[in-house]
Amino acid sequence: MSDETTVEIERQQMEVDIACVGFGPAMGGFLTALTRAMEAGAGEASLESKAVPGMPLQVLCYERSDDIAAGVSGVVTRGRAIRESFPEIAAAGVPMLTPVKKEKVLYLMDPIGASRRSALLRLGDRAKRLLSGVLKVEQEAMELPFTPEFLQKHDGLVMSIGQFNNWVGGQLMGSGLAQIWPGTPVSEALFEGKAVVGVRLADQGVDRAGNPDAGFMAGMDVRAALTVVGDGPVGAVGQSLDRKLGMPAGHAAHEWAVGMKMVVELPEDTPLEEGTVWHTFGYPEPEVFGFLYVHPERLASVGIFVPSWLGNPGRTAYRYLQHYMQHPYLWRYLNGGTMRSWGAKSLQESGKNGEPFLAGDGFARIGEGSGSTNMLTGSGVDEAWATGVQLAEAVVELLREGKAFTGENLEASYVRRRRASWVEKGAEAAKEARNGFHQGVVRGLIGMGLAGLTNGRLSLGAKIRPAHKQIDGLEEFYRKLRPEQLAEAKRRAAAGERTLYDALMDACGWPEIEYDGKLMVTHQDALLMGGKVQAAGGFADHVIFRDAGLCEKCGERTCIAMCSGQAITQGEGTTPAFDREKCVHCGACLWNCARSADGEKSNIEFRAGAGGLHSAEN
Amino acid sequence: MANGFQIVVCASIVPDPLQTLEPAAGANGPGLKNEMMLPAVLDPWAAAGLYEAANLAAKQAGSKVYLVSLGPKAKLQQVMMTVAQKVPFELVAVDGPLGGFTDAQATAAALAEAIAAIPGLERERMLLFGGWESASRGAGVTMQVVGERLGVTDQFQGVDQITVDADGSFEVLERVEGGKHQVSVCAGAPAVLGWATGSLPEPRNNPQVGMANMRGVMPALQKAKSVKLDANGLSYVSVSLPKQQRETRLVKDMPEDEIAREIVAWIEE
Repeated sequence: MSDETTVEIERQQMEVDIACVGFGPAMGGFLTALTRAMEAGAGEASLESKAVPGMPLQVLCYERSDDIAAGVSGVVTRGRAIRESFPEIAAAGVPMLTPVKKEKVLYLMDPIGASRRSALLRLGDRAKRLLSGVLKVEQEAMELPFTPEFLQKHDGLVMSIGQFNNWVGGQLMGSGLAQIWPGTPVSEALFEGKAVVGVRLADQGVDRAGNPDAGFMAGMDVRAALTVVGDGPVGAVGQSLDRKLGMPAGHAAHEWAVGMKMVVELPEDTPLEEGTVWHTFGYPEPEVFGFLYVHPERLASVGIFVPSWLGNPGRTAYRYLQHYMQHPYLWRYLNGGTMRSWGAKSLQESGKNGEPFLAGDGFARIGEGSGSTNMLTGSGVDEAWATGVQLAEAVVELLREGKAFTGENLEASYVRRRRASWVEKGAEAAKEARNGFHQGVVRGLIGMGLAGLTNGRLSLGAKIRPAHKQIDGLEEFYRKLRPEQLAEAKRRAAAGERTLYDALMDACGWPEIEYDGKLMVTHQDALLMGGKVQAAGGFADHVIFRDAGLCEKCGERTCIAMCSGQAITQGEGTTPAFDREKCVHCGACLWNCARSADGEKSNIEFRAGAGGLHSAEN
Repeated sequence: MANGFQIVVCASIVPDPLQTLEPAAGANGPGLKNEMMLPAVLDPWAAAGLYEAANLAAKQAGSKVYLVSLGPKAKLQQVMMTVAQKVPFELVAVDGPLGGFTDAQATAAALAEAIAAIPGLERERMLLFGGWESASRGAGVTMQVVGERLGVTDQFQGVDQITVDADGSFEVLERVEGGKHQVSVCAGAPAVLGWATGSLPEPRNNPQVGMANMRGVMPALQKAKSVKLDANGLSYVSVSLPKQQRETRLVKDMPEDEIAREIVAWIEE
C-alpha cells in the first residue's frame, strides 16, 4: 500500500477491547490464559467489554496465514510453560506430539569435501576418522559423549506447531471467548502520538503496488484499548512499532537464521523410534546447525538453520538442506522416505539483544518478535508461550484493578512478571552466548560452551554488525576458488544456465542433487508438494525493493539465493522480480540483502501479506 | 418479490485439497489417513452456492441465508474461522462423522431434518442451494434427495446463474453438454439449485461480517444435534485417489505453442 493512497481512503472502523496480531505459540499462551480467567471470572464487571457493553471482553486475533495450522514449524521443546497450562498435554491426543525419549548431539563431518572448513577443522576431522575405534564415530559423524545440559530437552516434547496451534485454536474458539481470524494480514499499528490505539488491516482488492483495483476494500481500522503484538520476528505490526518508537538503547536485531525443514514419512522398516531427537552441527557448512526429531507414526522433522553469520553471499537453505539430508549418517534413515511437508521461517537470533520495547501506551509485545527466543538453549516456543501467559495475567490484574493499559501500568504488571521469570534469566544467560560465531566456528563453539557451562557468566565479546554487513562480497567469500572458476559461475548465471548460487555451489564441489520425485525434488516441487503454497488474489506485493539503484549495483543478490520459496528471482528489471504466489513468508529477504541506504536497514522491505504455506503437518 | 427468499445452503466440509491425501482403511470403511489432522475447507462447489446465495440475498430485500453444514463440530468450527468472514449467514450445524463414505440417503435425511427444524422457515420462500458435485466423495445425488424429502420438486443441477424477476419467478442457467446452458424459468420458490461454479469470485474477508456471523456461529455449534449416519447396508470394496503424475522440467525460451504441444503429448501418453 502506498503512503499516498492511505491518506485519502475512508476506512471502516470497529471497536474491540483487545486486538491481537499473529496466532503462534505466544498468542496461544496469551489467549488460553486470558479466556480461562474470563471463564473463571464470568459475571465480573471488570471482565466485561467496554467496547460492547453487556458482552464479555471482545478479544479478536488476526492471523496472516490462511489457516492457523499453516505457516509454522516442527519443534522440540522442554514445554515447561506449555505444560503449566496443559499438564496432561502428552495424553491429550495432539497429533504428532510425543515425549522426548532419546537425545543426542552429533558432529557431522564433510564426506564430500565441499564445505568451507578451516584447516583446523579439517585436521580435526581427519583425527576423528583415525580415532574412530576410540571415539564414537560412524557414518562420517561423531556422537558427543553427552548432551550439554543447556541443550537438553530430555523431559520435553516433540511437536508439530501446526497441529499444536490447531489444537489450541480449537479450544479457544470452543470457549466462545476469543475470535481468531486467519487469512487476515494486519498492515500496521495505529498510533495517536506514541500511543497505540489499534491496528489497520491490509487493503484488499488492490494491484501489486497497493493501488485500489477491482473489488477494492480498504483495510479496516480495528480500535482497541490494548493491542497485543505477537506477529513474530518479521511481522508488519512489530516492524511498525520499531519504526515509530525505535529500539531501547543498545538493542538491535542483528542476528538471524532461516530454519528450513521437511516432514518426512520414514520408510516402513525404520528403526528410529518416536521421541528420538538429534541435534547436529558441522555440515553442510560448519556454521549450519541441524536437527532430526521423530514424531509418532513414522514421521520425522529434519532441517537446518542457516545463520546470518554464515557470510556466504550465495547461501541457499534449500540446496543446503538437501545436502544435509544426504549426509550418510542421516541418509541411511531418510533414503526411501517421502516428503510430507516442507517449510521455512526466519528466526530472530539476537534474543535479549534484539528485544524491542515490550510495552507502551496501548500495546504489549510477546513471543519471538519480543526477543524471547533463547539461542543458547535453542528454545523459543516455550518462552513465547510463557510471555503470552505472563501478559494475560497482567491484563487480568489491570482489568480487575480498574487500571488502563498505559505503558506504565503494563511495565508494572507484564514486564515486571517477565523480568522475574525463568524466561528472562535464560535470556540473560544466552545474551552473549553466540558472539564467537561472528569470528569463526571454533570461537563460536567455545563461546557457546563457556556461556552454557557458566550460565552466561563467561562469554566472548563481539561487535555484531547489522545483518546486511554480515554478508561477504563474492570475491571475499569465495577466495579459495580460482578467479576463472568465479568468473565461470558468474557467466553461467548471466547466461541463465544456472542461478548464481547454484553455480557457486557447483564450483565449490557440491554435487548435483539427484531427484527421486519423493524426497529429493526440485525447489519448485517442494513448494507444490510440501508447502502447498498459495496466495489469495487482491493483495499488494509485500516484498519491496526500496532503492532500485542499490539493487542494480548488487553483485551478490543474496536475496535470490536465500529466498525460501524461489519467489525472488533475477528478473529482467533493475530490481529482482518478486512473485508473491510463491512466497512462504519466511522473511529471509529482510535480512539477506547486502545493500543498505541508511547503514542499518537493508534495501528490502517486508510488509504485511496474505497466503503462504498450506501444510498442516509442519 | 415482497418478502425476499429464505435461502438454505447445504455445504459440507472437505479436506483442504492442497493437503497430501492418502487413502486408509478405517474401522468404518475406507477413509483418509490422518483426516482429523488435515485442515478442512468448505466444499468448493457448495461454497459457490453460498456466495451466490449471499449475492442474491443482498439484491432481494428481506432475504436471509442459512448455512446448513454437517460434520464434526471441531472441524466445522475451524472452517467457520474463514468462511464466516466472507458473507452473512446463520449457521445450522449438524454434528456428524468426519469424512469416510456415507450413504447419500442417510446424509440427505439428516440435512432435511435439520432444515425442517429451522424456526420460522417458510416453504414458499425457500430456495435450497448446494453443490452440484463435491470435491471429496460426492455421490452427486444428495441435494436432489434433500429436496425430495422436503417435497421440493422444482430442481436444477449444474447451475451457473439465477436471475430473479420482480414477481419472484426466476430464470436458471443449467450446464448441459457441449459447453452450453439450458435456460429454464421457474414460477418461484421453493426450488433446489445444485450449483456448478457460478460466476462470482470468492468474497474478500470482511472482519465486520465475521464479527456479526460469529455471534450466531458459536451458539449454533454448541446446540448442534449429533447424528449417526446409517450405512444402510452399503459397503465399499476399494477406494483410490485420482491418479497424479508429476514430471518437472525447467525450460527457458521455449515457445508457448511448443510447450502446449509437449503437454498435450504428455497427457496423451
